Amino acid sequence: MNSEQLSWLIRRHCVEMTHRARASHIGSDFSATDILATLYADVLRYDAKAPQWRDRDRFLMSKGHASAELYAALAESGFFPVEELKTFCENGSRLLGHVSSEVPGVELSTGSLGHGFSVAVGMAYAAKKSGDVGHKVYALLGDGECNEGAVWEAALFANHFRLNNLVAIIDRNQMQSLDFGENTLELDDSEGRYRLADKWRAFGWRAIEVDGHDLNQLKSAFEEAGENAKKEPHKPTVVVANTIKGRGVAFMQNDVLWHYRYPHSGWEYDDAVRELHERIPSGVVDPYASSGIMRVARPENDGEIVDDHALSSSWKSSYPEQMRRVEARPGTDERVHAVIEDKQ
Amino acid sequence: MRNAFVRALVELAKKDKRIELITGDLGFGVLKPFWEGLPDQFTNAGVAEQNMISVATGMALEGKTVFVYSIGNFPTLRCLEQIRNDCAYHKANVKIVCVGGGFAYGPLGVSHHATEDIACLRAIPNMTVMAPGDAAEADACVRALVETPGPAYLRLGRGGEKKIREGIDNFAVGKALKARDGERIALFSTGAIFDEVDSACDLLKNEGFYPAVYTFPTIKPVDRDLVESIAKDFELIVTCEGHNVLGGFGSAIAEILAEANERKAKALTLGVHDRFTDIAGDQAFLRSREGIDGQGIASRILEKMRG
Repeated sequence: MNSEQLSWLIRRHCVEMTHRARASHIGSDFSATDILATLYADVLRYDAKAPQWRDRDRFLMSKGHASAELYAALAESGFFPVEELKTFCENGSRLLGHVSSEVPGVELSTGSLGHGFSVAVGMAYAAKKSGDVGHKVYALLGDGECNEGAVWEAALFANHFRLNNLVAIIDRNQMQSLDFGENTLELDDSEGRYRLADKWRAFGWRAIEVDGHDLNQLKSAFEEAGENAKKEPHKPTVVVANTIKGRGVAFMQNDVLWHYRYPHSGWEYDDAVRELHERIPSGVVDPYASSGIMRVARPENDGEIVDDHALSSSWKSSYPEQMRRVEARPGTDERVHAVIEDKQ
Repeated sequence: MRNAFVRALVELAKKDKRIELITGDLGFGVLKPFWEGLPDQFTNAGVAEQNMISVATGMALEGKTVFVYSIGNFPTLRCLEQIRNDCAYHKANVKIVCVGGGFAYGPLGVSHHATEDIACLRAIPNMTVMAPGDAAEADACVRALVETPGPAYLRLGRGGEKKIREGIDNFAVGKALKARDGERIALFSTGAIFDEVDSACDLLKNEGFYPAVYTFPTIKPVDRDLVESIAKDFELIVTCEGHNVLGGFGSAIAEILAEANERKAKALTLGVHDRFTDIAGDQAFLRSREGIDGQGIASRILEKMRG
């Protein structure tokens, strides 16, 4: 299976899993879907039949709330039956709402942010100490997760011990659970000169910025990370993947509502599936609705969705343009939030 | 006690290269024998305890036996969630070592008083919790922990503790050890407070009471069999710890007594009275203020016995 096919299937499973389970975080799943698809189709070395194979690459999902997409990637990569994905969050299921290491292929249970990355650092450090050079350690972090101080403790440690066998990936979707990141704890500086990637560089890392939805760019970035490890053996690598929360379903994109909301029965579920089917790669069969959904109900103006727990302003389409950052210099309009261009 | 810990660990780590020691930038002088003797198995993780615990977990999951060293509340409360989610949940072979349980760093202030750590660590599944009472117990704890896979907390005094007994026979995780034979009263001690318990016994002797004394190098799993048997035969069980009376060693014993079917013994829980100690003082002064010095312990026991 290629990364494009895997990417489509992960998104399709996420719609189904969050819908059935009434579970959160589909927006977070979607922003990192292409990263996971690239990793599992093109980058990571693993043996799905022997998940504990000693020379496997370690992948740690530090943003543990994006569990559905990881389970989907693992199932489609052969670690456990795809059919089991339907049990996501059900009573008695091992597919917990936050990433669980009870699931084959999962290295570490996560869910509290800022833990998985440090554990990945410890694994990379142990490998170095033991002379295990056959594998790499990868950790995927959310950009909101970079609010956590422990992330920067780990960044210091990885630099200090020259962990060139470590690759961090930041899912830079610019959005957290309540709001845009820049309205929460801004990761770039106030003058726009030093961006998140520069922070990592200042911590001694080699940083590569890519479009996190471009499968070719992602693959190249991971290849570059591998070359860096040899060219600059004193540096760990971070891939800052610029992404869009909710990417793949137009009405979920860049909207904080879909951090928590799940696709409800009716138009939300139907339209999500319909849109995914517009771009179904050849060779892929939808495991839930092989011919897609033809007739999609449209939302009502005062439907239940507007009463969801997100701020009502966040559901209005004009929301991003109206949001302003905290003004460092009052009286200017330079802090108007620019919506990320959807290149689709 | 802390020197005994380092001595034992150096000896064990020379034989077993999987043993690693990580410090959170503390242990000046104390860790020197390990640092200099086994530099390849030593790491200073800096003043970054949360990362330190998770890094230790990652190393343990890759096959290392990792001892993490710091003082006071830094390796416990500061990074409690990392201990719970990373170490304990994953049954990682991480041994968290704290020097300075209780008021060992008395004059340094509340930030350095470790008086809630037992309660917090004891409540986390998979954790073994140990608090040796002297150098010999500390030595035995370290050796036992290396042999016992899984997460553990080792709470050490600062040093200079009185020797409890000549040689330890049959040391085992989860077993209490007798320190004195006696009658009517049984005194249970954990950690460095033994010094005070021992003085209390000498004072009580003058009053005609001869308590039996047991030390509990392991607080979790606690020696339930011993507690149940003492509860049948003795009139009073007194627990003593350099820790809050809420949730600690005394609570662990009280939990057993509350469920004991045949129980003669009344219970007395001695420790810190659920308050912060906001005045300066050395360990002896602060213990006396909380009534857990020899005199205080003896008085409370006399009150209880004489009604």
